[in-house]
Amino acid sequence: MTETVQINVNGHALVVPVGTVVAGALAIAGVTQFRRAVGGAPRSPVCGMGVCMECRVTINGRAQSRSCQTLCEPGMEVRTDE
Amino acid sequence: MGHPLVNKSPDIIIVGAGIVGAACAAACARGGLRVLVLERGPIGGGTTAAGMGHLVVMDDSEAQFALTSYSLRLWHALRPQLPEAVEFIACGTLWCAADAEEMAEVRRKEKFYSDRDVRVEVLDAQGVAQAEPQLRPGLAGALCVLDDGVIYPPCAAHFFIELARQHGAEFRGHAEVSALLPEGGVQLRDGSRLSAGRSVNAAGPWSPALAPGLPVRKRKGHLVVTDRHPGFVHHQIVELGYLKSAHSVSKDSVAFNVQPRRSGQVLIGSSRQFDAEGTEVNQEILDRMLRRALEYMPSLGNLSAIRVWTGHRAATPDKLPLIGPSAASDRVWFATGHEGLGITTSVGTGQLLADLLLGRPPAIAAAPFAPARFAQGGTFHD
Repeated sequence: MTETVQINVNGHALVVPVGTVVAGALAIAGVTQFRRAVGGAPRSPVCGMGVCMECRVTINGRAQSRSCQTLCEPGMEVRTDE
Repeated sequence: MGHPLVNKSPDIIIVGAGIVGAACAAACARGGLRVLVLERGPIGGGTTAAGMGHLVVMDDSEAQFALTSYSLRLWHALRPQLPEAVEFIACGTLWCAADAEEMAEVRRKEKFYSDRDVRVEVLDAQGVAQAEPQLRPGLAGALCVLDDGVIYPPCAAHFFIELARQHGAEFRGHAEVSALLPEGGVQLRDGSRLSAGRSVNAAGPWSPALAPGLPVRKRKGHLVVTDRHPGFVHHQIVELGYLKSAHSVSKDSVAFNVQPRRSGQVLIGSSRQFDAEGTEVNQEILDRMLRRALEYMPSLGNLSAIRVWTGHRAATPDKLPLIGPSAASDRVWFATGHEGLGITTSVGTGQLLADLLLGRPPAIAAAPFAPARFAQGGTFHD
């Protein structure tokens, strides 16, 4: 059986397999808008390897964290710019 | 109001469309002079683009105070006219004191500014911690200079050029000047000549190339900007620690200096280096600058830097700019040498220059800025 980890996404509990990055968890949760550009346009991941900076979200209170480079940890608080 | 240049040579050619040249153009055109501005690169793309955009009243000398405080008054008067892109923030400056010795300097500054009607507030240890929670705990206090502010300099330079145009001035880009002529006018790199009543060298760190022997030296600076964290800092925050580092043997120096941007980004400075002509990032200086910033604000380490860049200030031996006619010819004028204060003092410089050119009584004494003070040359004391 796959080991799982529970995180919180915008206040809702989400269970994903251990080893899932936050960007993957957000995709599983059906999140399509990760953040907003300065002009207000919705943005979501492009590269998946930490280069494009489009996947930034707030993780455990730290804004502008790259969700594709961060593994889910138990109890992690993730906020997207809804 | 406008004076088309079609059939008549301009009264004034301004060489350089950094914020200083641009502000001079606006003030001269508003005063009724026919103005032509020549720029080889983009408007506000040189030193202007490497300045923090801190509008600050300084107390180094009475002359420095006169020019900076006059300029601040002009900036506040301009505020209703400034486009959004200029990003004016009335954030004030927080001069922070690490210990009792620096707190004594806060008191001295408080008296200096209060005696001259500049609004200030002294914060104690608790006050500074409340005002800027990201600062490290245990600072002794700070002086808040309430009417200081922040702008985005390149857009301010564009605004002044636009203002000048509205008053009939002409702007010409891709125009590289090779000489300002003692008989009036300029010679361009392509060999052609443009005549004018007078020309103004507003080329900042590049002004000595057009005026051999001019005591203006390039002083390099580094800047770092972070990604967006709205509300991370609220004031332009500067350390008073430079008091101690001023005695350092090394002529390269760094200081803690951070600024909030409208976008939520945090702009981090500052460094000063002589004899560093190139624009490349110097990793050692950058390290020292960021370490200094982290000493004062450890949580800056959680933010990502998204861009690092450098530029050159135009430094003079007495830390005052050159504004007015050259010693050699009344047809060649200067508006250069503003070092780290050109964003603030651009507006005061423009007004002073226009007053002198038009024979109007200037609002502040012009003598401390007269280029003739260096007629016998000048010596830098690093």
